[in-house]
Amino acid sequence: MMDAFDILLQANFWAAAIRIATPFIFGVLGALICERAGVLNLGIEGIFVAGALSGWLAVYLGAGLWTGIGVAALVGACLGLLHGCFTVILGLSQHVTGIGITLFATSASYFGYRVAFPTVTSPPRIEAFKPLNLDILSVIPVIGPALAQQTALTWVAFVCVALTGLVLYRTPLGLAIRAVGDNPASVDAQGLSVAGLRMGALAVGSALMAVGGAFLTMSAFNAFFFGMINGRGWVCIALTVFASWRPGKALLGALLFGAFDAYQVRLQTLAGGVVPSQIFLMMPFILSIIALILVARKADYPRALMRPFIKGER
Amino acid sequence: MIRFEPRASTPLVLLVIVPVLSALAALGSALLILALSGAPTARAAGLLVQGAAGSVFAITETLTRATPLILTGLAAAVAFRAKLWNIGAEGQLYAGALAATAVGTGIITLPPLLMIPLICIAGAAAGALALLGPVLLKAKLSVDEVVTTLLLNFIILLFVQMMLEGPMKDPMGMGWPQTSPIIDEGVLPRLVAQMRLHAGIVIALAASLFVHVLMTRTVAGYEMRAVGGNASAARFAGIPVSATLVKTALLSGALAGLAGVSEVAGLKGYLTSDLSPGFGYSGIVVAMLAALNPLAVVPAAIFVAGVFVGADTMSRTLGISNYFADLVVALALLCVLIGSLFTRYRLRLVRAA
Repeated sequence: MMDAFDILLQANFWAAAIRIATPFIFGVLGALICERAGVLNLGIEGIFVAGALSGWLAVYLGAGLWTGIGVAALVGACLGLLHGCFTVILGLSQHVTGIGITLFATSASYFGYRVAFPTVTSPPRIEAFKPLNLDILSVIPVIGPALAQQTALTWVAFVCVALTGLVLYRTPLGLAIRAVGDNPASVDAQGLSVAGLRMGALAVGSALMAVGGAFLTMSAFNAFFFGMINGRGWVCIALTVFASWRPGKALLGALLFGAFDAYQVRLQTLAGGVVPSQIFLMMPFILSIIALILVARKADYPRALMRPFIKGER
Repeated sequence: MIRFEPRASTPLVLLVIVPVLSALAALGSALLILALSGAPTARAAGLLVQGAAGSVFAITETLTRATPLILTGLAAAVAFRAKLWNIGAEGQLYAGALAATAVGTGIITLPPLLMIPLICIAGAAAGALALLGPVLLKAKLSVDEVVTTLLLNFIILLFVQMMLEGPMKDPMGMGWPQTSPIIDEGVLPRLVAQMRLHAGIVIALAASLFVHVLMTRTVAGYEMRAVGGNASAARFAGIPVSATLVKTALLSGALAGLAGVSEVAGLKGYLTSDLSPGFGYSGIVVAMLAALNPLAVVPAAIFVAGVFVGADTMSRTLGISNYFADLVVALALLCVLIGSLFTRYRLRLVRAA
């Protein structure tokens, strides 16, 4: 019989952990970029749904897989810009706008799905991304075979982490983005456009969120289901605080989260139905709250987070 | 160039016209989307209105649907007034419904005059308790309540499902995950013969009046508004900010819990895990349409309810998905947000010098 500890040494377990973590890596990176620029993007849950549907639908209608990812990113960017029109340009409440974007993107996606497929009962499928099977990696014990099983999108997520870190900390653009989330007036005094930077961050961040959604319909599964996002976006918002708005920690947090989630699924089979399945399904949400509490005391929020900037007003 | 100038006071006409226009704009843009999807739009719009208000049955159905929306709308309005971002009304509603069924399915039997208040108190207390955790975390550790309340929605719904498949499962329920029915003494009476409209609407209207009086005529209400207006100014004026937030949370959670009581004891009769099709989230839209005014929550809830009920009729007749209603409601939130600019600011055309 499998022991609770032995699970940790199985390549399959780590493969699952990384697979579960991937949409969270995209989502947390997206949320982090928006929040670094001073905008809390609670549209994330809906942007995940919209990305999941639009990318998948594009492929279903005959586009290539990477074109599908492009479509999802574009839809995400548009929703991000819509968020920005409300919160950056008009200075409206970021909380309410975010909920509004989530409600709008979710209902529009579901409605759109029903317009495209009025009567289907079993969801139509696409040919999804395939595992890359990078056999060279298999020489590394446990983690090697786990990485070898991933699809190209997971590697894109890893590259995005590195890129985000590089841009945020090693380029003038990154400095400007961080500054606009901490002290927009100083950025304005430098002659840079606060609104432009924030809109840009929202577009890029929301595009990443949408790709995270598309991962679910185009890599983890090969179909679109109602309710498939199931709170993943909200978990990302919690993980962003846990990662203290740093790309490297975001990767770590997402992987840790993925590992916990993969572990509890295996424990569930081990427990053999003694513990109600709902307890296990609750775990991701409880873990997110615990993560928030753990970092609560030292959380270093971007100082201008949720503060609209209107030129000439203090 | 257009310049925004803050208004010192808003004319009453604008306060009424702006939300009405926002709601109409949302309906209009949703119908435009419907037209683009190739549906017979004029017929759909007709069916929507007919289904929401075209007969006594339609009107009672709309009011029945408005009942939980008034209560969740009040829950959001009270919390948002104090800048407490309670996005967890959905979970608090289920907590209230769960407590109501726990008390109301035969453990205790009292005459209706005592039984109904008992069920209401149990549900309100459970709803309030569900928001107590997040507000304490906010007050003591400054953990953002938006995320905790959102995540609790999922946790509470899973907990309800667990109870429905476990200890609270109806032994006579043919294996369905549902509770035993609420005993007759605890069921809210019907108001119109042959219709589903029940006394929950009376509770909802009374709650709206109660919250209005509380917010405008009492010290507690003044403190809540002051904390929402400017927390540091309120603290400087000697208002206990944390305690006020906790009070606000208890009231907000209790209102959402009552929505659950009303659905389970007034409409369904027993608890299932699909009791609420997102009443908690729609409540936010209701509150925003009402500009957080407790009395205006009532017409706003009736509008949103009408959209849902009308869309059901439309969907049955024309085969258009009733996600259309969710789309209208989401668009209404975005439209009223833009509308709020016109009540808060005066737009002035400025010639470039």
